[in-house]
Amino acid sequence: MATKTHNERAWWFVLPVVLLVAFNAVVPLMTVVNYSVQESFSQGVWFWSGVEWFEETLNSSRFQAALGRQLLFTGIILAIEIPLGIAIALTMPKTGPWVPVCLVLMALPLLIPWNVVGAMWNIFALPDIGLLGYTVNALGIDYDYTQQPLSAWITVIAMDVWHWTSLVVLLAYAGLASIPDAYYQAAKIDGAGRWAVFRHIELPKMNRVLTIAILLRFMDSFMIYTEPFVLTGGGPGNSTTFLSIDLVKKALGEFDLGPAAAMSLIYFLITLLVSWLFYTLMTRQEEG
Amino acid sequence: MARITLDSLRHSYAPNPKGAGDYALKEIDLDWQDGGAYALLGPSGCGKSTLLNIVSGLVTPSEGRILFDGEDVTNLPPDQRNIAQVFQFPVIYDTMTVYDNLAFPLRNRGVARDAVDARVREIATMLELDDTLGRRAAGLTPDAKQKISMGRGLVRDDVNVIMFDEPLTVIDPHLKWKLRSKLKELHHRVRATMIYVTHDQTEALTFADRVVVMDDGIVVQIGTPVELFERPAHTFVGHFIGSPGMNVIPCSIDNGQAIVAGMSVATENVATATSGRTEIGVRPEFVTLASEGVPARIIRVADTGRHRIMEAEIAGAKVHAVVGDGINIPEGTAHLAFAPDMTRIYDDGWLIGGTR
Amino acid sequence: MKRWLVPTLYIIFLMLPIYWLLAMSFKTTNEILGGFTLWPQQFTLENYKVIFNDPTWYWGYFNSMIYVTINTIISLAVALPAAYAFSRFRFTGDKHLFFWLLTNRMAPPAVFALPFLQLYSSVGLFDTHIAVALAHCLFNIPLAVWILEGFMSGVPKELDETAYVDGHSFGSFFFRIFVPTITSGIGVAAFFCFMFSWVELLLAKTLTAVDAKPIAAIMTKTASSSGYELGLLAAAGCLTIIPGAFVIYFVRNYIAKGFALGRV
Repeated sequence: MATKTHNERAWWFVLPVVLLVAFNAVVPLMTVVNYSVQESFSQGVWFWSGVEWFEETLNSSRFQAALGRQLLFTGIILAIEIPLGIAIALTMPKTGPWVPVCLVLMALPLLIPWNVVGAMWNIFALPDIGLLGYTVNALGIDYDYTQQPLSAWITVIAMDVWHWTSLVVLLAYAGLASIPDAYYQAAKIDGAGRWAVFRHIELPKMNRVLTIAILLRFMDSFMIYTEPFVLTGGGPGNSTTFLSIDLVKKALGEFDLGPAAAMSLIYFLITLLVSWLFYTLMTRQEEG
Repeated sequence: MARITLDSLRHSYAPNPKGAGDYALKEIDLDWQDGGAYALLGPSGCGKSTLLNIVSGLVTPSEGRILFDGEDVTNLPPDQRNIAQVFQFPVIYDTMTVYDNLAFPLRNRGVARDAVDARVREIATMLELDDTLGRRAAGLTPDAKQKISMGRGLVRDDVNVIMFDEPLTVIDPHLKWKLRSKLKELHHRVRATMIYVTHDQTEALTFADRVVVMDDGIVVQIGTPVELFERPAHTFVGHFIGSPGMNVIPCSIDNGQAIVAGMSVATENVATATSGRTEIGVRPEFVTLASEGVPARIIRVADTGRHRIMEAEIAGAKVHAVVGDGINIPEGTAHLAFAPDMTRIYDDGWLIGGTR
Repeated sequence: MKRWLVPTLYIIFLMLPIYWLLAMSFKTTNEILGGFTLWPQQFTLENYKVIFNDPTWYWGYFNSMIYVTINTIISLAVALPAAYAFSRFRFTGDKHLFFWLLTNRMAPPAVFALPFLQLYSSVGLFDTHIAVALAHCLFNIPLAVWILEGFMSGVPKELDETAYVDGHSFGSFFFRIFVPTITSGIGVAAFFCFMFSWVELLLAKTLTAVDAKPIAAIMTKTASSSGYELGLLAAAGCLTIIPGAFVIYFVRNYIAKGFALGRV
């Protein structure tokens, strides 16, 4: 890092990126900000309303409930996917003909369009004719994700674990693959047990990729929309209505632009804040 | 501390080796005495790292046995062999302090707290690491990290052998010498059996009491540095050790005498019965310009500062000679003389009359 | 416990829903609604025939392919020089700019759906492939820059200097020497761009109506409008898995190595 030369002409290299992203990000963001501080009674007529929408959104029980569900969901899937992904990566073979086979099969869910993932699980978990739903009910457990909030939650979480754990596996596996053999040999000679090897060699060496995995999983699960929307439509009731689903309902469904815009900004700021915390944590680790 | 015996070891990385070419180690019989400082010297790919990994237990040999003090350990895993190993690149536990790194092998073996503390401090003093004990190991320089790896081997007083696998590869040149003398000093202090693997002759010759020279999966010579220099058992050893290496000049044999370019050359040994290609070997240090002797064509002279190295040609073979100050080197042709007691006949590479 | 047990169980878990989708696609509507069957009793290709004979269906695939390809090309083309700048030079505001780019990866598409609709309508790009491709640049460009910067930082600066000493111009160095040395990085970045553009639906659906409608959106419409044609839906779903499977197959050797080499 210290060897970088100072060169202002480097701006020319980043200019295309800046222009493209700015076109996509700045103009729409201005639009959102604009909406969020005004009120419209009819098409094209706007009144300044200040921070009213923000106060309303923050105080509304609907927003608070959606935020709560969102945080719970993200917390649960992180708590499952990260340890599970590490465990699977640890048990994967390191070399041999099965490695590419495993990697290809595991990466498959990542490349399925999100609504297909939702549709697939919708069919898979149907209580009467779905493989999962039918089997669970046949085992004597009362399960119907279209009617029971708990079943719906379990299905949404199982779907996300199915969909995204492979990303953690791939990242953790890559981190493990970069550990030289000498470390394992030294640990063997030093008489370290399996746990000590994990704690003192594998975990520290996976540190960086794991931070990336957590960051990506946090961001993407916090923005989740399509999969649960297709699977449960946010229901039964509002039980699986996460922030994005609620937002789209408000903006495109009810065309409540002011409050929707205010909610957008609050939502974006929360994502940004948490991601920023991760990011600074990560860069500090890399430097220190 | 232990005596290490390698008994008819052979190893192949191929599952079903056919023929000698498949073997990384062809046939190794060796005895390493308790408390000795040994070096395993040879070019890349000669099998020295394989041999080291067999001793440490990271590799199980295809054939043969390894004995520690007469006890068969061939099938024991590394942690039950009580050995220590220092790797080419410093292996340290990044998240721990230097102190915890040194204490790690002891704690894994359930040594009492006080004993661990005493031992760690003792070794740290020996290695001059006292000042850094409380620091995180990750931020240290390569030589300090390599000292920690050594320290992790030294803290255990029950180790049978400490092995070094090219430990100075990543160390700055000016620190190599320092670390090497530190190692030598440590050997005198703790009297552990040490095996040092390297392809660098200077490292091998300065560290070891006895050097094992390997080439292409076999041991070509075991000897003290002086023996390797003065009496190479194989032309490979002569060539590999010394700078420039020993001159190897093809010769014919007449009645036990070596004949080079039609001239009879006096040698230390007598060619009794020969079976293959015959050569004479003589180090550049023992080749002199003379008024009569083997005729040679002088190609060039290089001045190294301490002495001059003359490169000449005898019947198509290159010959180097170390020429002292004040001696005039003629241009074109000259006659060379070889010191008889330092000139030997080799048959198919092996010294005639030497012990294999 | 055998080591292979955990990955094997996991892969079985991954394959089960896919199997169910595949099995459904070969069943007749009557069989599906008739009750639970583990595999198709009356094997039929009817669902696939419908898709291959209806332009609205198969054009959906082409539409998706077109905007995904355009997006991947644009993202890589602009991300390469930018990543090079970030990995080699310091300049005013570089760190802030890098983080600002990343923040766009953190922006929920739901937040941007409506403003995008208005923006792209006002510039006359609504319902075109280029609109979706550009919109997806919002999250793919930051990602591509991030991945490529990681790979480029791993290439020693001496390579650049040697090339200049050898008399290469910047252009010839960049395309003939530098780009080939980071092929695996470009492969990984392209993989991710393809992936996130292929799987995204919310923006793609919002920005299209007829001409550029992605396959995924057509599926949603079918599911709601023509009742509950599960077999057809399953067949269409199965077909959307194929392009992804192809792409993974091509980058299979980069997946493990690529992730470790780069910063991602």
